[in-house]
Amino acid sequence: MTQFLVLLIYGLSEGAILALAALGFVLIYKATGVINFAQGEFLLIGAYTFYTAFVIFQLPILIALLVGVVVAVVVGVLVERLILRPMVGQSHISIIMVTIGLAAVLSSIVQMFFGTQPRAMPNLFPTGSVEILNGSIPANRLWTLLVAAVVLTLLTVFFQKSKHGIAMRSVADDEQAAMTVGISVRRIFAMSWGLAAVSALIAGVLLADLTTVEMGIVNFGLLVFPVVILGGLDSVPGTIVGGLTIGLVTQFTAGYLDPGLAGVAPYIVLVLVLLVRPYGIFGEKRIERV
Amino acid sequence: MSAQTVTAGQRPGSPQAQSLLSVNNIEVIYDDVILVLRGLSLDVPEGKIVALLGSNGAGKSTTLKAVSGLLPSEQGEVSSGSIIFDGQDITKMDAAERVKQGLSLCMEGRHVFPHLTIAENLQAGAYTQRSSNEQLDFVYEFFPQLAAIRSRTAGFLSGGEQQMLAIGRALMARPKLLMLDEPSLGLAPLLVEETFETIARLNAETGLTVLVVEQNAKVALKVAHHGYIMEQGRIMLEESADALAENPDVKEFYLGMTADGQGKKSYRDVKHYKRRKRWL
Ligand SMILES: Nc1ncnc2c1ncn2[C@@H]1O[C@H](COP(=O)(O)OP(=O)(O)OP(=O)(O)O)[C@@H](O)[C@H]1O
Ligand SMILES: [Mg+2]
Repeated sequence: MTQFLVLLIYGLSEGAILALAALGFVLIYKATGVINFAQGEFLLIGAYTFYTAFVIFQLPILIALLVGVVVAVVVGVLVERLILRPMVGQSHISIIMVTIGLAAVLSSIVQMFFGTQPRAMPNLFPTGSVEILNGSIPANRLWTLLVAAVVLTLLTVFFQKSKHGIAMRSVADDEQAAMTVGISVRRIFAMSWGLAAVSALIAGVLLADLTTVEMGIVNFGLLVFPVVILGGLDSVPGTIVGGLTIGLVTQFTAGYLDPGLAGVAPYIVLVLVLLVRPYGIFGEKRIERV
Repeated sequence: MSAQTVTAGQRPGSPQAQSLLSVNNIEVIYDDVILVLRGLSLDVPEGKIVALLGSNGAGKSTTLKAVSGLLPSEQGEVSSGSIIFDGQDITKMDAAERVKQGLSLCMEGRHVFPHLTIAENLQAGAYTQRSSNEQLDFVYEFFPQLAAIRSRTAGFLSGGEQQMLAIGRALMARPKLLMLDEPSLGLAPLLVEETFETIARLNAETGLTVLVVEQNAKVALKVAHHGYIMEQGRIMLEESADALAENPDVKEFYLGMTADGQGKKSYRDVKHYKRRKRWL
């Protein structure tokens, strides 16, 4: 029971981070149709930017976070403007190749400045542990879960209810019709990339707080693929459930079965789900009438 | 009924209806090679309903896309001529900016946002507006059927409901000029009548100016004040709607066609046409 509870919290906290990272991927895919292979690198850039502001320049945490957000938005919007926009109308494969290239460039830039040595960051959350049902749960895991849940909720509400969220979904549905109601498709594309980079920043910082600031963050970013395919690629609630599922599967496999198996477990689940529901758990069934 | 909301562009007391939209001798080219509009001109007077009629491929949708600024998204461009809207040259203006200026288009095939609810479609329609409540009340009042099912997903609505939604969504931007591309497309005859009654009512009650593209000439000419007939990228004939409806050529080709719905002939093939052409 105790082990179960610990694994549950570990799985949920990592799953929530994963959901944040994947949500950025889904935003870009939904609004612009681009499959962004550089999402993991956005996590990396986010973590290192925050590290630079918070540890190297010793800025207060909120200011450091603000710096991170600004850099994330600038990087996201520049990537859209300079790299993806000229690619409009090109084949999916060419665009995928471009984002793979972008991933390589971004991670080399980070490596150029910071090398490959992991860097320690002071704890962002209270350490200590909380006793629940005889189990002792590290407090920072609970904080991570809380912060991720708040950000995920804010993003979901933004997407479902706000004027710009509705505009983003309109563009995802029908670009030309969106233009006829006065939505600037280019601005929405830029906004999607900016938001994706911000959600990656938060995921990257939370992850770096649980582990260290290191290039390995990119590998964690790769897990967005099982998450989004599980969640159906274009569904926000699906992405959140997908992230939590993958987080839990990884932890429970490591805890109850074999830590070595934990790395492949997400992909095994992925294959099983795809066999049963090819459009993911929450994938929008395309509405064909109209 | 909040009449002012849609009639902001109207200048009360003007002696004669002025042109809200003038299209002056435009040429449109797709993909740098396909010349589709060859010197097309038309005028839409303020407060009137103007019908633009023509057979398949004449360039009617292209005309509306040129006016609403959608051509760049299809590799098309206005290569010469000018489009003046409300006294402003909008030939090169960005599509989103034209909506802000008061130009709304209901595209051919309705194009509601399928995964959004009715309410969200309408909210999207108000994207250019600071506040949307007043206009939302107006649209729901105008289309009570929509109000009753506002939380339904648009993709699952019937064709008639989608048409109402498409018009309602366009109204959310408080247009001065509403352009409709074949609103009758795919609708049952009764719904076609109803759609055009709606257009006539909007015009009568709020003074909204309308430019409507149609293949169904009969129903369009019934509500329009003025009509244009186009063929192969040019205007061939321009008259008051009543005169057009009585015009023997139009009767033979367009109104004849709509009776059985299957006209294969082109306007050019109509016998009388050669004789009249000299006068055009
Ligand atoms: N995006 C495009 N690229 C190239 N050619 C196009 C494009 N859109 C339209 N055309 C061509 O322009 C001509 C006019 O098309 P348009 O859609 O304007 O006609 P229409 O009068 O609206 O016809 P319909 O009644 O069938 O809707 C057609 O020959 C069509 O093939
Ligand atoms: Mg057409």
